[in-house]
Amino acid sequence: MINQSIDGFLHPNVSKSVDQIFVNAKQSLLWLLSWLTGAPDWVIQVASSLINIFALLFVFLTLFALMSVLERKILGRIQNRYGPNRVGPFGLLQPVADGIKMLIKEDIVPARADKLVHFLAPILIAAAAILALGVIPYGRNMTPFTIDGGVLFFFAVGSTTELAVFMAGWGSNNKFSMLGAMRAIAQMISYELPLIITVLPVVMVVGSLTPDRIVAAQAQYTFGFVPRWFVFTPWGATAFILFFVSGLVESNRTPFDIPEGESEIVAGHMTEYSGFKYATFFMAEYIGMFAITGLAATMFLGGWHSPVQALEFIPSYVWFLAKLSALLLVYIWLRGTLPRTRIDQIMNFAWKFILPMSFTCVIAAAVWHYAGRGLRGWLWSFLVIAIAYTVLSMLLDTQRKFAPRTYRFAE
Amino acid sequence: MSSAAFVLITVLTLAAALAAATLQKLMHATLSFALTLVGVAALFFLLGAEFVGLVLVFVYIGAVAVLIVFTILLTRRDVGKDRGSNWGGAFLAVAVFGGLTWAILKTQSVAIVAPHIRALTVKRIGEALMTSYVWPLQCVGLLLTAALIGALVLVMEEKR
Amino acid sequence: MTPTLQVVLIVSAALFSAGLLAALSRRHAIFILIGIEMMLAAANLNFIAFWRFSPQSQSPTGVMIAIFSIAIAAAEAAVGLALVIAVYRHYRTTNVDHLDQLKG
Repeated sequence: MINQSIDGFLHPNVSKSVDQIFVNAKQSLLWLLSWLTGAPDWVIQVASSLINIFALLFVFLTLFALMSVLERKILGRIQNRYGPNRVGPFGLLQPVADGIKMLIKEDIVPARADKLVHFLAPILIAAAAILALGVIPYGRNMTPFTIDGGVLFFFAVGSTTELAVFMAGWGSNNKFSMLGAMRAIAQMISYELPLIITVLPVVMVVGSLTPDRIVAAQAQYTFGFVPRWFVFTPWGATAFILFFVSGLVESNRTPFDIPEGESEIVAGHMTEYSGFKYATFFMAEYIGMFAITGLAATMFLGGWHSPVQALEFIPSYVWFLAKLSALLLVYIWLRGTLPRTRIDQIMNFAWKFILPMSFTCVIAAAVWHYAGRGLRGWLWSFLVIAIAYTVLSMLLDTQRKFAPRTYRFAE
Repeated sequence: MSSAAFVLITVLTLAAALAAATLQKLMHATLSFALTLVGVAALFFLLGAEFVGLVLVFVYIGAVAVLIVFTILLTRRDVGKDRGSNWGGAFLAVAVFGGLTWAILKTQSVAIVAPHIRALTVKRIGEALMTSYVWPLQCVGLLLTAALIGALVLVMEEKR
Repeated sequence: MTPTLQVVLIVSAALFSAGLLAALSRRHAIFILIGIEMMLAAANLNFIAFWRFSPQSQSPTGVMIAIFSIAIAAAEAAVGLALVIAVYRHYRTTNVDHLDQLKG
């Protein structure tokens, strides 16, 4: 009912078959199944959903494995060393070695830990992360599950992560785990509000909560080569940056990785987990990262559309993967470059800066819409955001004067 | 509506609700409460009100359950245990359930099957919220603000 | 069995009774709150069931009531839990049987 995609192919025959290759493969598989078994309709529907789920799991677990080794190599290069390069060509088979190591480790559960809660926490957190992947459009006609309130589903499932983090911290019967879990939950709750409010201008402008419609609303090109992505509007650019930062916090990544700060609290809520359960936490964090960057690409970067009209022959899922990879690269880059912020700095930043700025984005999007969506709207909304940013910066700047910089060298 | 899914979800929800009402360890009862809410949200999905189901998951499990868990942590002097249930409460609950079921089964006009309705899209809910229900929306906004300020005032430590 | 309205109403009644059981037979104040929240969820289920099974479903009235009810329940849970914390600060107990200073 909702799946109206824009068919703007440049070379109709060739590129369409390549673009829709997965969709056609699945349709032929379903036709084969129904022809072979003659099963009733609902069985075919269940089979269709299962094919979607397995394809999703296959792609994202492979991407997770690839990213875990690529992150270590890129971090290594940022820090002027090689990353892992022993296993396989350029170290690319490292995830296999890591997986085997995690699987054969002894599974230690603390004696006085709450066994059921301790067991369920990594499962719940991984389930929440994978569920959130189900509503993102990965290509033309390639959304696994089309739900009418897709964006709301994404955030609802993401908010159950907090409960799972708490279960992990409490079920370990360990004061440090509990402290780590409380800090993690405080951080995640504070940044969940900006996460949602920065998505609100996009939903407002498009008029729908369905990710397919949001991608379809960014399909046109002005002057033929500038895409009408929302990131190229002033409110969209600000909202994208705020969403990106909030996504960093939600995935517990540096510079906001207080919950798993290795030098402070061992591993926070994941301290008492060993072996495969730790690997599940690790996987859930990375898949949460994929989900948030996927949603950022859908909302602000035009989903699976190509940036210039001339390059539309490249399949849509390739463009989506390229945007996802670019955002993940920025995540890794930030991890290698920035130091960790303190917990009170994180909270101050959330409540005093990001939340007012995200409300300003909503107002700026309304101004953009009502001043006509062209140049006048652009200028007026830019003015709104500039005024809000200047006022906030002046209000939050507590120390205006900096002492002259002194250097101290070893004598 | 597929009846197999309905039976399964109903059994899960009621089992979790009973567990939440009778378990002795506080944390287990709270987590069963969260599971009950997931079951109720699934029932809403089955009944065709997906938006309300998502709002329920978001508000109740994402916020209220976390609040309850935090409060349990902040207000315990030992690892919490609580008496499960007592006879008076159980008797009254069974009596209420019996009375309600008798009333439901006696009413013939509710023995109907689900008619086919237009799917309720978020667009229609949004239109209704902004046209016919705009005053309740503003009142709920005011109420939530008042609740926020009230809760903060209640737990703020007094300045010495 | 295909779910008729009676079945859904009985499910909602069972959920309500479970919430009543929790609210009546627990000593910890937070559990009473959990029971109240379960009763509110059961009432919401009732509204949605009646909306779904009613002959004219153009107006989303049942859905609207459910949405507002969820919002109000969240606000009430927040204030209730703040009250529990405030009481704990003064009396160091959450056992509602011990909060009897106004009695007699």
